[in-house]
Amino acid sequence: MTLTERLREKISQAFYNHGLFCASYPIPIILFTGFCILACCYPLLKLPLPGTGPVEFSTPVKDYSPPPSDSDRKQGELSEQPEWYVGAPVAYIQQIFVKSSVSPWHKNLLAVDVFRSPLSRAFQLVEEIRNHVLRDSSGTRSLEEVCLQVTDLLPGLRKLRSLLPEHGCLLLSPGNFWQNDRERFYADPDIIGTIHQHEPKTLQTSATLKDLLFGVPGKYSGVSLYTRRRMVSYTITLVFQHYHASFLGSLRARLMLLHPSPNCSLRAESLVHVHFKEEIGVAELIPLVTTYIILFAYIYFSTRKIDMVKSKWGLALAAVVTVLSSLLMSVGLCTLFGLTPTLNGGEIFPYLVVVIGLENVLVLTKSVVSTPVDLEVKLRIAQGLSSESWSIMKNMATELGIILVGYFTLVPAIQEFCLFAVVGLVSDFFLQMLFFTTVLSIDIRRMELADLNKRLPAEACLPPSKPVGRPARFERHPAARPSTPHTITLQPSSFRNLRLPKRLRVIYFLARTRLAQRLIMAGTVVWISILLYTDPAGLRTYLTAQVTEQSPLGDGALPPLPVPARHADPAFAIFPPDAPKLPENQTLPGGPPERAGAAEGVGDGPVPEVTWGPEDEELWRKLSFRHWPTLFSYYNITLAKRYVSLLPVIPVTLRLNPREALEGRRPQDSRSSWAAPGPRPGELWEAESLGPGGAPAHGDVTLYKVAALGLAAGIVLVLLMLCLYRVLCPRNYGQPGGGPARRRRGELPCDDYGYAPPETEIVPLVLRGHLMDIECLASDGMLLVSCCLAGHVCVWDAQTGDCLTRIPRPGRRRDSTGSALETQESWERLSEGDKAGLEELGDSPPPRRRPAGPPPPARFRDQPDLSCLIDTNFAARPRSPEPAQPEPRHRAGCGRARDPPGYDFGRLVQRVYPEEGRAAGPGPALRPPSPAPPLAPEDEGGPAEKGSPPLSWAPSADGSVWSLELQGSLIVLGRSSGRLEVWDAIEGVLCCSSEEVSSGITALVFLDKRIVAARLNGSLDFFSLETHTALSPLQFRGTPGRGSCPSSPVYSSSDAVLCHLTHTVPCAHQKPITALRAAAGRLVTGSQDHTLRVFRLEDSCCLFTLQGHSGAITTVYIDQTMVLASGGQDGAICLWDVLSGSRVSHMFAHRGDVTSLTCTTSCVISSGLDDLINIWDRSTGIKLYSIQQDLGCGASLGVIADNLLVTGGQGCVSFWDLNFGDLLQTVYLGKSSEAQPARQILVLDNAAIVCNFGSELSLVYVPSVLEKLD
Amino acid sequence: MPRLHDHLWSRPCAGAARPLSRAPRAARPGGMIAAAPRAPGPAPAGPSGRAGGRHRHLVQRGLVLFLVGVVLALVLNLLQVQRNVTLFPDEVIATAFSSAWWVPPCCGTAAAVVGLLYPCMDRHLGEPHKFKREWASVMRCIAVFVGINHASAKLDFANNVQLSLTLAALSLGLWWTFDRSRSGLGLGVTIAVLATLITQFLVYSGVYQYTSPDFLYIRSWLPCIFFSGGVTVGNIGRQLAMGVPEKPHSD
Repeated sequence: MTLTERLREKISQAFYNHGLFCASYPIPIILFTGFCILACCYPLLKLPLPGTGPVEFSTPVKDYSPPPSDSDRKQGELSEQPEWYVGAPVAYIQQIFVKSSVSPWHKNLLAVDVFRSPLSRAFQLVEEIRNHVLRDSSGTRSLEEVCLQVTDLLPGLRKLRSLLPEHGCLLLSPGNFWQNDRERFYADPDIIGTIHQHEPKTLQTSATLKDLLFGVPGKYSGVSLYTRRRMVSYTITLVFQHYHASFLGSLRARLMLLHPSPNCSLRAESLVHVHFKEEIGVAELIPLVTTYIILFAYIYFSTRKIDMVKSKWGLALAAVVTVLSSLLMSVGLCTLFGLTPTLNGGEIFPYLVVVIGLENVLVLTKSVVSTPVDLEVKLRIAQGLSSESWSIMKNMATELGIILVGYFTLVPAIQEFCLFAVVGLVSDFFLQMLFFTTVLSIDIRRMELADLNKRLPAEACLPPSKPVGRPARFERHPAARPSTPHTITLQPSSFRNLRLPKRLRVIYFLARTRLAQRLIMAGTVVWISILLYTDPAGLRTYLTAQVTEQSPLGDGALPPLPVPARHADPAFAIFPPDAPKLPENQTLPGGPPERAGAAEGVGDGPVPEVTWGPEDEELWRKLSFRHWPTLFSYYNITLAKRYVSLLPVIPVTLRLNPREALEGRRPQDSRSSWAAPGPRPGELWEAESLGPGGAPAHGDVTLYKVAALGLAAGIVLVLLMLCLYRVLCPRNYGQPGGGPARRRRGELPCDDYGYAPPETEIVPLVLRGHLMDIECLASDGMLLVSCCLAGHVCVWDAQTGDCLTRIPRPGRRRDSTGSALETQESWERLSEGDKAGLEELGDSPPPRRRPAGPPPPARFRDQPDLSCLIDTNFAARPRSPEPAQPEPRHRAGCGRARDPPGYDFGRLVQRVYPEEGRAAGPGPALRPPSPAPPLAPEDEGGPAEKGSPPLSWAPSADGSVWSLELQGSLIVLGRSSGRLEVWDAIEGVLCCSSEEVSSGITALVFLDKRIVAARLNGSLDFFSLETHTALSPLQFRGTPGRGSCPSSPVYSSSDAVLCHLTHTVPCAHQKPITALRAAAGRLVTGSQDHTLRVFRLEDSCCLFTLQGHSGAITTVYIDQTMVLASGGQDGAICLWDVLSGSRVSHMFAHRGDVTSLTCTTSCVISSGLDDLINIWDRSTGIKLYSIQQDLGCGASLGVIADNLLVTGGQGCVSFWDLNFGDLLQTVYLGKSSEAQPARQILVLDNAAIVCNFGSELSLVYVPSVLEKLD
Repeated sequence: MPRLHDHLWSRPCAGAARPLSRAPRAARPGGMIAAAPRAPGPAPAGPSGRAGGRHRHLVQRGLVLFLVGVVLALVLNLLQVQRNVTLFPDEVIATAFSSAWWVPPCCGTAAAVVGLLYPCMDRHLGEPHKFKREWASVMRCIAVFVGINHASAKLDFANNVQLSLTLAALSLGLWWTFDRSRSGLGLGVTIAVLATLITQFLVYSGVYQYTSPDFLYIRSWLPCIFFSGGVTVGNIGRQLAMGVPEKPHSD
């Protein structure tokens, strides 16, 4: 055991040192590794390229003997002979290459004559070859003895039975089309038709029957009416079983003697052996493809786990490169040491990859990224390596052991596989240690740098603290430059472009230069030109033919009767005297003129000369590479992994004179034309032209197909490019102001701190009417409701800024005294609660919400005048950290004073005293607790004018308003007393209320007839609103007994609004609910118990409890797209997937609480107690930039139209371009001397902004601002 | 017991062999019936309120496993047919993919049953399978399984004993690398034994035959293939069972 321990320690130490080393010299190590890889892969150059194409090897004809079989093969031959060159070939193939022409050409010869008589000579040649017998000392030897005897064709080829030889020598010639029967040939009216009858109708690359029998590629055969060369080439293919040199020699000599080729320069020296690889059929392809699919799935699932690095793709690529190059190295090394791979590389490759695996790489990455981030990169790498060293070594030892066991199976294939795997494993380990580790270190360093650049602003204004996790890195890089308030904190100008994500920069560059379009254009042009150049469909030949046809040789008035064979009497020996008339006869009006033209054009052409060039020597190369396998496969002989030897061709030149050509004409032609001169010649022409007609028609079809395919391919290509372009280019490309021009405007990013910002001043609509600071704001676009600390609610017209209603009505404070005592009691209870809360405040971090304590004994009953006022303030005060309407808060830990810290009792009391004096008596100062406001309004006359002088105020007896929502014309108020009130915003009357639970309502959601109230005690109440148009005179007064009756007290007016309690979730959270949002049918609550819960809105069913914050939740955001973001007191932001309840990302955003959070389609915007506004990329969770806010304005932000951010400042608002982080404009509201910090910004639907400047609101219309921007 | 028998005997096809032609037809409904009552089996283990969701996910899992079995059967069949390891009657060969129509469904059913059986057994034994629970490992396992089949079909061994021993070692290696649970080993061995017996029975009754039987009527490596197939499918099933419970919340 101790040995293991020691070993472990040693390994760990070694890995640690190695990690340090790698991280210290990354570039040299990578270069060295690359050199190693290349060096090890060098032997691979000798290996044949994988593929199924045939491989050639030539040996001289002289002294040729078949290579010995494998057993007696000498080692010395290894170098010059390919390894497949063992044993006798499957067959020796002798091609007798016939070139024939009619010479001299005469005008009265037909196009058909070009090939009719040359082809007829094939029969004669075949006869000669078949009858060739070698007589020498050893006796006689005929062709039958040496040739390859074939048996039946495959059963599937019955239709070819008449064309291909069976049960005999494999001898192919064009004569096979006519069953080697000369009579059939002469009887055939349509030679070309016969030849082409077995041509496939579709495009096909493999050998066709015509190719097989002619032995030359189709376009070289010259069997066509439109050839200009008038030379016909074909081969007679002989297949020998054995190599019999003397027989072959005699055959060659005899043929050359019979048909001499005077200017033949063929050397005929070498024998070419062609080795065919194993062919891969569909049946073999499917398992292969399956293994590759599994391989890719494996790689995908493996690399998906790479996380927490700068570039996931880069590292995944590095991992794959590591494995692949280790495989290459392994093959290279094995080759170097003399082991040649015999296995099919493509087949075993996936298994090798799977055996070697990506696991180590991933383990390494995981281990390194999980080291403490505040360490130096070197140390992180070293620690990560050393912590995983033992498991890596153990795994490797295990795998090596397994593979070694495999080696002892003594199966050659498995042994070879194991050998490769072992070498691959070792080289993989080598590469992991040197290559991947180094890449990882570079990546981690890059991440640190990038993070540094991004995080600089955040740390700039922050005192160092000790948060856990990633932010710890900040401490190591203390802020270099102090950031000025209200300045977007940017890097120095040289780093300016870093702000933009790289991706965006590339896209903008592409968009600016229109690179994509140009590339598409250039690509299309190149593609078309390549298409024309390579001429895949014989386009040029076709065009040439077209031109020839249209050549004006054919006369306009042509005689209709073509009588080509009128004088085709086989008996006549010389040209008939009327032969020159023939063209006139041929080109009759009925006949197609171009045919005549072709014939005449041919007639005028030069005398064809049969030449033999070096290209003729190996014309078989131009055949399809599947030519021979196809031929042999017809007889169920496979060439896979075997070879055939091609003997040098025997050239045969046939020179026919015109007379012979005429002799070759079909006798039937002349007979039929003699018999019926009228219609028959037409038919004859028809018949003759069928062949030519057939071939070009076939060519046409091919051409059209190619053209259609090409067109389709082009369209697909262009569409693909378009799609790519769409994907790559941003949506806002082309929008005015989205481009760089606008960015330039705001490049100088600040206001009055040294820069010259584009600043303007406008006079906003100032809404005055609140005595104290405004706490809650709500709006539905038309109306704006605000509520101040004193519990006064004002309803404003969002368009004009008129004050429509006040709740409670001014001047109606003293009218009800009936319940004063009761009310007062409750107030005192509250005040006690407040005091308790205050005491808590002193020693503990400030609670978000004061828990409603049990009612203490009323001790201040004798001092009603002051206590109630102080109570009010206390009651109102602690709700300042309302997360839904964030406010700058004061925290003990935060050293800087932003607002007057603490509770300024003195000021409040001073403010209260004069009012007390005016109020004449302490008791009546209390608001009646009546849920029913008087129906006799005193100031029915109209809405209070805007900016009306502050009326005397008193706290609402029902407790202060903690939350407020507005929808339609209904205002929902949640009070600290736990009372829920629904007011009519226009009338200013209370519609209904509910006060079953005394726990204060901390947050409200009002979504189409549904109200959800979250309470201090952590419970959730779901109410539904019902509107009855029918007048219902009943008025239920809610009994104070809580929970006794499920229906809440109802107030009925002309259209009664009823508020039903539908569900209660009694213990949604253990601690007070601090945040509540609803959207998309979901309700999200955030609580001080560090958790969030997601409820379904309709049935209040709890779907998830989301845990992930380490502090109380302060703010929650959810929108219709089901994105859920939450921020907590721990300064973290979590993004969640509402569908699965899983955490998508987690970002350490702020020092101190996150005060507000909002999302756009691409980013998340958060503000914190540190007066920073951070903008995050929503998908990656990477911080894009941050904005430093004025003191006390931290939470004032709003988003207009998804790309414009509004932030508040000292008496001003600033507009930022969200995409770039550029300050667009700063607008001062009023005189800057009396500037107050904008605590809150509410963006209305009609492009208006409401700024909360303490006790007054400013209504700014953005269009007036925006139009000045451009 | 008939239920168990049904699915276990249809299991052979997932390996490489193919069971009978008529018997599977009779047995396929049996297999289906076997799968159906099994489906609600694990449901009580889940949260009671989500029984419906679990049920649905069980069906989904079964479907996925069925497809996996079908694909594997087709692919591995091709491997074997290339080497003429098995012979089907002529009229059967004429059908699609040169194999009997009933082979892929049987294999699919067998795969579904085995794949559901593994996590179910884990749950009943109370020892959740924790070893290498990730998709990458599952993919690796499938690749090794295909490789074993590949080896059995394509490699030229000196004799059958060597081949069988090699494959047995490979199969055990597969289990050791990817499973390492006693329950997995037990189930795999049970499957292999039962499947081999059934194959013997099928060949004996003349449904099909092997070209060169060396172990009674079949090839001696067949149990190894069945074993590794069982382990592989069980691996997939476990992974599916683990991946699914995260989903039921989404509706």
